[in-house]
Amino acid sequence: MIALLVRDLRLAFRAGGGFGLGLAFFLIIAVLVPLGVGPEPEILARIAPGILWVGALLACLLSLDRIFALDYEDGSLDLLATAPVPMEGVVSVKALAHWLTTGLPLVLISPVLGLLLYLPPQAYGWLVLSLALGTPALSVIGTFGAALTVGLKRGGLLLSLLVLPLYIPTLVFGAEVVARGAQGLDVATPLALLAGITAGAVALLPFASALVIRINLR
Amino acid sequence: MASLWEYANPLKFMRTTDWLLPVVAVAAVVVTTIGLVWGFFFTPDDFRQGATVKIVFIHVPAAMMAINAWVMMLVASLVWLIRRHHVSALAAKAAAPIGLVMTLIGLITGAVWGQPMWGTWWAWDPRLTSFLILFLFYLGYIALWSAIDDPDTGADLTAVLCLVGSVFAVLSRYAALFWNQGLHQGASLSVAPGTRMDWAYKAPLYICMVGFGLIFVTLVLAGTRTEIRARRMKALVARERMA
Amino acid sequence: MGLTVTNLACARGGFPLLERVSFSLNAGQALVLRGPNGCGKTTLLRTVAGLQPALAGQVDCPPDSIAYAAHADGLKTTLSVAENLSFWAAVYGTQGIDAALEQMNLRALAPRAAQNLSAGQKRRLGLARLMVTGRPIWVLDEPTVSLDTASVALFGEVVRAHLSGGGMALMATHIDLGLPEAGILDLTTFRAVLPPPGSGHFDEAFL
Repeated sequence: MIALLVRDLRLAFRAGGGFGLGLAFFLIIAVLVPLGVGPEPEILARIAPGILWVGALLACLLSLDRIFALDYEDGSLDLLATAPVPMEGVVSVKALAHWLTTGLPLVLISPVLGLLLYLPPQAYGWLVLSLALGTPALSVIGTFGAALTVGLKRGGLLLSLLVLPLYIPTLVFGAEVVARGAQGLDVATPLALLAGITAGAVALLPFASALVIRINLR
Repeated sequence: MASLWEYANPLKFMRTTDWLLPVVAVAAVVVTTIGLVWGFFFTPDDFRQGATVKIVFIHVPAAMMAINAWVMMLVASLVWLIRRHHVSALAAKAAAPIGLVMTLIGLITGAVWGQPMWGTWWAWDPRLTSFLILFLFYLGYIALWSAIDDPDTGADLTAVLCLVGSVFAVLSRYAALFWNQGLHQGASLSVAPGTRMDWAYKAPLYICMVGFGLIFVTLVLAGTRTEIRARRMKALVARERMA
Repeated sequence: MGLTVTNLACARGGFPLLERVSFSLNAGQALVLRGPNGCGKTTLLRTVAGLQPALAGQVDCPPDSIAYAAHADGLKTTLSVAENLSFWAAVYGTQGIDAALEQMNLRALAPRAAQNLSAGQKRRLGLARLMVTGRPIWVLDEPTVSLDTASVALFGEVVRAHLSGGGMALMATHIDLGLPEAGILDLTTFRAVLPPPGSGHFDEAFL
């Protein structure tokens, strides 16, 4: 398991691994939105929580199809399926590797982008906290979507169509935490719901993903 | 041994629906016609909403069937995953486009109704938002079916997607509620005290709901028959190739 | 300790392909599957390896005893030869990749990235993976594809060494590996017969 995590991280950091693409994409969104909306601080501050969350979500989506596709093409997935590691463990490790290479950098860089969008000072803590709580769910849900589409040619677009609706609850509660935090309101309820969704997804979805991978390998 | 599962045999299913389908189809046409004619021409205009209110006789049954179709797909998917009956998986496949169209009808009639009532075609109200999200779930489900060649793999994957999707659809529903308390009225047929709807509307509305239910059953049966035949055809072609 | 397959039936894409396949392998034995393309060699191997469910019948072997090698080698091109092998050794919980490197003649290539290997060298690396699994039963699908004569002989030696150590091998191959002791199973005799139309079989409409 740890060997698999180390291998996936190593692959992500080596040439052609695509590490950092999501981060660059996140940055581009934070630059494009003010260019499209206009530079007024009030408007940007008002929409910043939503933009940052939607940006994080899309940046996550960008690298999802790589989770299993490469392993499927070169046959490693078949070999992993016959190896003495449970498929549930494999998909969990894959999701963790995806989060470490995509979700975690997004969390860390988000305050800088908040600055670009005039996010009110009191919201920064909530932004980082909500992304830290919510992005694992994005990775786990995305892993499920990637598992569904692993055997398909040109599964990328279909993957977005399948995964984005599943992201809705996380997006709503995550953005709500930041928006309420920005207005100095109580954030306990959306924060608890966000954490609940993440906990539920991390606990249950790997079983569905593993089942789906086994079906796809048949 | 006679049991419900016998009808999961494709041959038995085809033989039964040979006579059942016309019966249900006629019943669907008759009941829906009665309901709609009664609703459109023999109910009084609402004192505030005027004749616009009569769109309710399409809007509410369609919206109801949009949700029921998904529930039916969920049950059919579970039956497929647990008992591996092909007819069940094919019925779920056949129900999806119908549910999609019902959702679309609900959304469009809602927009047409909302324009004179609320002064806007669209509002990000939780109920409307939930239906839009449901629409996206239907799209994903149908797209997944059409992307997979092997029928059994397709059945398995879409069934799992349906299960997981159901959980997230419910979550999205509550997320939408939490996100914006809207201007849509509560459920039209709520039994809470002070119910706004009079029996003069309720009776034809119930009839329309039954009618839409029958339409749904008719279309699902017809669709399932088509899917079974398509599957059979594929099988015969493959048999030919192997021989 | 051994591999016993009884009355196995397997399907590809929903269609029964093989039925009533029975054979057994004991320690030190090898079995070569023969048959024309599309007769179900890969399907049978995948079923034995547990990648797809059997339609009927049983595969009996001790738990965790099968190592499977497919057409594709499962190599990561950006990792070095040694890294690729160490990964699989770690997954299977075995120690040391030196013996495998030595026997497959990969020692000199160990630090090289897998993308710079020739097809035959990749294949050798794929087969070296089998050795680090430490599993007694090897299930091999066309192991000699893209190997030159010398490498085929090398591979034959490795299989023989594995057999003499109490291992077993089930292979689909067209090439003579120089293993006269290996049994041969012709799969054409096990071709599945579909139930005739109109026989009332439960899901007959789909077969």
